[in-house]
Amino acid sequence: MTTAATAATAARRRRWRDAPFALALLTPSLVILGAFVLYPLARAFWLGHQRCDPTGANCRSNGWDQYIDVFRSEEFQQALGVTVRFSLLTVPVGLALGVALAVLADKQIRGMSLFRTVFSSTVATSVAVASLMWFFLLNPSVGVLAEWIGGVAKSPGLLRDEGTALWAVAISSIWANLGFTFIVVTAGLQSIPADLYESAYVDGADGWMRFSNVTIPMLGPTLLFVGVVLTSRAFQSYGEFDLLTGGGPNGSTTSLTYLVYGNNSVIKSNSGLQAAVAVLLFGVLLALSVLQIRGVERRVHYGD
Amino acid sequence: MAYCGAVADVRLNALTKVFDGVTAVDDVSLEIADRDFMILLGPSGCGKSTVLRMIAGLEDPTSGDVMIGGARVNDVEPKQRDVAMVFQSYALYPHKTVQANIEFPLKVRGVSKPDRAAQAQRAAATLGLTEYLDRKPGQLSGGQRQRVALARAIVRSPAVFCMDEPLSNLDAKLRGETRAELVALHARLSSTFVYVTHDQVEAMTMGTHVAVMSRGRLEQVGTPQEVYARPASVFVAQFIGTPPMNVLPMGVVFDRPFLVGVRPEHVEFDASSSCRATVSLIEHLGHETLVHLDVGATRVVARVDGDRDTSLVHRVGDEVGVLFPDRHLHHFDPTTMKRVEQ
Repeated sequence: MTTAATAATAARRRRWRDAPFALALLTPSLVILGAFVLYPLARAFWLGHQRCDPTGANCRSNGWDQYIDVFRSEEFQQALGVTVRFSLLTVPVGLALGVALAVLADKQIRGMSLFRTVFSSTVATSVAVASLMWFFLLNPSVGVLAEWIGGVAKSPGLLRDEGTALWAVAISSIWANLGFTFIVVTAGLQSIPADLYESAYVDGADGWMRFSNVTIPMLGPTLLFVGVVLTSRAFQSYGEFDLLTGGGPNGSTTSLTYLVYGNNSVIKSNSGLQAAVAVLLFGVLLALSVLQIRGVERRVHYGD
Repeated sequence: MAYCGAVADVRLNALTKVFDGVTAVDDVSLEIADRDFMILLGPSGCGKSTVLRMIAGLEDPTSGDVMIGGARVNDVEPKQRDVAMVFQSYALYPHKTVQANIEFPLKVRGVSKPDRAAQAQRAAATLGLTEYLDRKPGQLSGGQRQRVALARAIVRSPAVFCMDEPLSNLDAKLRGETRAELVALHARLSSTFVYVTHDQVEAMTMGTHVAVMSRGRLEQVGTPQEVYARPASVFVAQFIGTPPMNVLPMGVVFDRPFLVGVRPEHVEFDASSSCRATVSLIEHLGHETLVHLDVGATRVVARVDGDRDTSLVHRVGDEVGVLFPDRHLHHFDPTTMKRVEQ
């Protein structure tokens, strides 16, 4: 054996000698991770392949093809469509509004801290409160918005019309997430060196050129992060659907999460099917996040 | 070359800038001739960068005027001032390639794509950057980044170059080389340079004129030689020159109603002198040796050429005789601290 190989073996042996100590240090987080993440995840995978009665009883293993059946089912496909449309409505608009507000508030003007507080306040608003607020705003008989908009908003009401219900829920969700986007983008803006703007200004760049050549590219990593988080939030939204529409009317707002857990869901109380949908949602979301990060990351600049 | 041949002198009239009640620049009047290489020199916080930023249009004067080419530009946007600025941090766009960075000022001005590519490549060639055009700033060394910043400034042939401590992030060797290159660049471009630094070596070696500032005020303007040979105040005398000029309080050595200044290289040793001093420290720097002397309670530094081996002559603790030759003395008023001609 050469001396180099001997040294490598010795190093490996030394590392293994530390293993029990390392394991002891890792135990607390492993226990928490195992109990609250890994075990439930494995259990959901297991449940998802079991065929159960419509009442949820008598579950038994019968191969893994229930996942395929569920994926192909009309109910799953419709809920997936609703979820994707909901994301396409909420993420781009939420991102654009958040950036716009953050850029507007990123000025050294007296009283601006008041606006910052107002713009970020939705972070401190729970989904339940935000949804209730919008429920009343959109209510066809007592809501202010119904009064202003008229038409469908008066009868049957934006939340009760198949064509507008998803839009209405999306508006509520955009509003609720705006504070988060605003805060993260504001932090991103403050990390852009002032001399980049000054240099562009001396070189003659107007406000729009500074925004498109300095602000947006320098915000790249922030926008990617917020985009991924907002997308995953949109896919996992539940409270809005439950409180505003209950999945209706006629399934037009039955998202994947509502299909899993909602009171009016067609698979309510069939834990095998519920778990299967949940696991498929997990898979879809994982694939989507990977695609987003892979696709955008090449064009994002992370500093020197 | 819009300004080639045009006069691009910069004149500051009673320029003042107050930030939240703090006067950063106080009544500065300065004439920078066309094609001059003017150095604004002073310690940090003296207001020199603020003056530069007012010339570039990044700060509005509280009062006073900025004139470029004879026109008052106080209310003129930087775009119309025909001024380029090189920042201490270089302020390169990290997401753009070197080529796109250099092209940016032209892109802003609506120059067509092939034209600006050609001009950017010419500017890059001038600074030896041709092989780096496709790289991002993050892949370049500090010296290369500094050149990109310079290329971006020269690409649109501005009338006035403003530079804010552009060499302070370079290592000593590169700084020396770049000093010489900037002087050559100035000669070639026939533009007006306004250059801010706290480094007296840069001021002495690069500038055609030096404006020394202290606490927001202008202390002296002159050629580097004038400022060194005839400092207008105690501040200038002690800020320029390494080690700084010795300033003797009244009654020490000379019985005159002035502060007396003498540069270290002009302090002479003479065993027969009646002025006695004690050697307290000897610093051998190679090309020179600094001998620190206590004259009574006053510390005086004498500079001796390195090839004279003073260690044989003087030792710490020795008592020696020193001479301050009259022709090398500077006199300053003890209340105004200004120069007094004898």
